[in-house]
Amino acid sequence: MPKVTFIEHNGKEHTVEAANGLTVMEAAVKNLVPGIDADCGGACACATCHVYVDPAFAGKVGEKSDMEQTMLDFANEVTDQSRLSCQIKLSDDLDGLVVRLPTSQH
Amino acid sequence: MSGMVVIGAGQAASQLVASLRAEGYQPPITVIGDEAFPPYQRPPLSKKFLSGEMAEDRLYIKPPEFYAQANAALMLNVRATAVDLTAKTVTLADGAVLPYETLAFTTGSRVRKLTVPGADLPGIFYLRGIADVKAIQPHFEAGKRLVVVGGGYIGLETAAVAAKRGLKVTVVEALERCLQRVTSQQISDFFEGVHRAEGVTILTRTGVHGFDKAADGSLVVHTANGDIDADLVIAGIGILPEQEVAQAAGLVCENGIVVDEYARASDPNVYAIGDCANHPNPLLGRRLRLESVQNAIDQAKAAALSIVGRPKIYAEVPWFWSDQYDLKLQIAGISAPGDEVVVRGDPATRKFAVFYLRDGHVAAVDAVNAVPEYMIGRQLIAQKKPADPAKLADPAVPMKSFTA
Repeated sequence: MPKVTFIEHNGKEHTVEAANGLTVMEAAVKNLVPGIDADCGGACACATCHVYVDPAFAGKVGEKSDMEQTMLDFANEVTDQSRLSCQIKLSDDLDGLVVRLPTSQH
Repeated sequence: MSGMVVIGAGQAASQLVASLRAEGYQPPITVIGDEAFPPYQRPPLSKKFLSGEMAEDRLYIKPPEFYAQANAALMLNVRATAVDLTAKTVTLADGAVLPYETLAFTTGSRVRKLTVPGADLPGIFYLRGIADVKAIQPHFEAGKRLVVVGGGYIGLETAAVAAKRGLKVTVVEALERCLQRVTSQQISDFFEGVHRAEGVTILTRTGVHGFDKAADGSLVVHTANGDIDADLVIAGIGILPEQEVAQAAGLVCENGIVVDEYARASDPNVYAIGDCANHPNPLLGRRLRLESVQNAIDQAKAAALSIVGRPKIYAEVPWFWSDQYDLKLQIAGISAPGDEVVVRGDPATRKFAVFYLRDGHVAAVDAVNAVPEYMIGRQLIAQKKPADPAKLADPAVPMKSFTA
């Protein structure tokens, strides 16, 4: 099972394991990582699971869909590393993935 | 200390537990649910859970450990049958009596049932809970004839999943068009067209008069447009607020448990949150009852603040979504008959939006695969800024220019 490290805005790290096929958002929610709200449950409808993907994994997390890109256009503190974590599916390639969390999802 | 008792274990209950603990609420919390499952997401039931793309444990809003860590006792498979507002107790179906200091109803809603003759025949299903979907799934096979009663969101989402699975689907709707109660002619026409192109038969102005068993064991659906043979029937004809226990306890109920803008019911120790709560929305300037994830979450957050003594008025723009085929419909605000309807973009491209203007500003938006229209629409609804319908209708005018 791939490991994912979430780094909260205050620097606190949470390293969790989650099964292949789950999303990065689900890995956080299942492991009680704070800072990812995911109000819509992963339907790409709310933009409350925003994360910053570590540049080392930029090429491995897959491309953003148009829908995700436009949702992100309306999130706060968006950068080139921004993704909606409900749209990134875990696989062995992503073992060791590091994502940082924004100050707030709202 | 007797703490908080929460009746109902759905989206609102889960959020209430999370928000109460996040806001520093210390006393014990007990959540009572009449289903076998911890709080779970209902929207996927008629989408990816029905299609089999999403396993049951992925529906859970929080892992079961969350409630233990939050010092919240989950009592599942048991119904609360009575509340005594004077003694401040909740009685359960197994006879247990739980004292409370503060009580919250997060009881949600239950399906409206068909009352026509034969409505209790085997093969007729509803779609509200995990157990309902599990009962449907063995029959949900390619080639089977499915009649969906009701062309609302649940009915159409179910039809979409069924059509993709290869079932022969007929949707029967009593009103003039599908989605008539919730949206405009333009959106109804679009979705009816999409479903027909996918091979779904849609019969509008077609009330169901009853059901019979055919000689071969299948069902016959008697409608205003003649009989339809079916292997299974799924009815999605609306939901009703689960308010009986609250009403019997003496709380004011009228199309839901009546609460104020802080989610407080007519007893000072009682709150009601989510589908079951009839609440005022200051942004909309009226009372309403909402059946949505957004409402459950945001009203629970507001209730938690009231409970810990830092009351905050619940005033959010309602939002919803519906997934059908490759289409994501995102909805903000509540449209109403009489609104000025402004279409932006060409429905034929499967990417367009319909704005609803009232008193010169945007009151609601239905956006199909059109995120900027939806996101900016939400802001415009909250701001009540005058909007120019001609500019809104012009896709060449960027959405961001309307909030600038």
